[in-house]
Amino acid sequence: MQAATDNFFKALADPTRRAIFERLARDGEQTVHALTDHSGVSQPAVSKHLGVLKHAKLVRDRREGRETHYSARPEALAPLVDWMSRYGTFWRDRLDQLENLLKRTDP
Amino acid sequence: MTHTAPTRTLVIEREVPHPPEKIWRALTQGPLIEEWLMKNDFQPVVGHRFNFRATPMPNWNGVVDCEVLVVEPNSRLSYSWASLGLQSVVAWTLTPTNGGTHVRMEQSGFRSEEDAYYKGAGYGWKGFIGKLEDVVARLN
Repeated sequence: MQAATDNFFKALADPTRRAIFERLARDGEQTVHALTDHSGVSQPAVSKHLGVLKHAKLVRDRREGRETHYSARPEALAPLVDWMSRYGTFWRDRLDQLENLLKRTDP
Repeated sequence: MTHTAPTRTLVIEREVPHPPEKIWRALTQGPLIEEWLMKNDFQPVVGHRFNFRATPMPNWNGVVDCEVLVVEPNSRLSYSWASLGLQSVVAWTLTPTNGGTHVRMEQSGFRSEEDAYYKGAGYGWKGFIGKLEDVVARLN
């Protein structure tokens, strides 16, 4: 797991790779071509970055015809997300909805 | 990664002016659960595996994998809760009070070793983590 964590941090240490990952996370699946158009670097460079991201399990790929489509694996970010504070907000909101439901239903 | 580090638990408590029996129905009847939580195929049977389903979004299918762990009518309900890499357990406890019911929601299993690992890494990750969290927040 040490190696996996190192890969994870190394993959995201590079600003171009971060930009690629964030774009995939924000906009969904993309081809290498589409990513190249927005990255400002060459297609081989984008492919290489995607390889590093894939090795770190931050993206997954899917072949379709001659194109490879890449998408983000946001679950790979789990170690970085403060789930507790997110779920705190989530449950308080849901419990409000539960109380509303109780109010408008019969005993 | 070892899992020897202690886990953290989220507790939310409410006083609700309704009897436990009524709250129990809202916690255990599928159509009622859907009204305040999510679509589901819940059954109040220990060992039953089910899903909560939120609206799918890019990169998240909106599915929470669950298994019923405890069913004590009008008193205690618990199920496992796995989604996006989080393995946790949700436990509901209903206690009658003078004016209604004390509702306690406990979600346990938040691992802390990743945080410790990250904080100890000694890199200047702080701003970058914030950005990533923004991305994840937009996904939610």
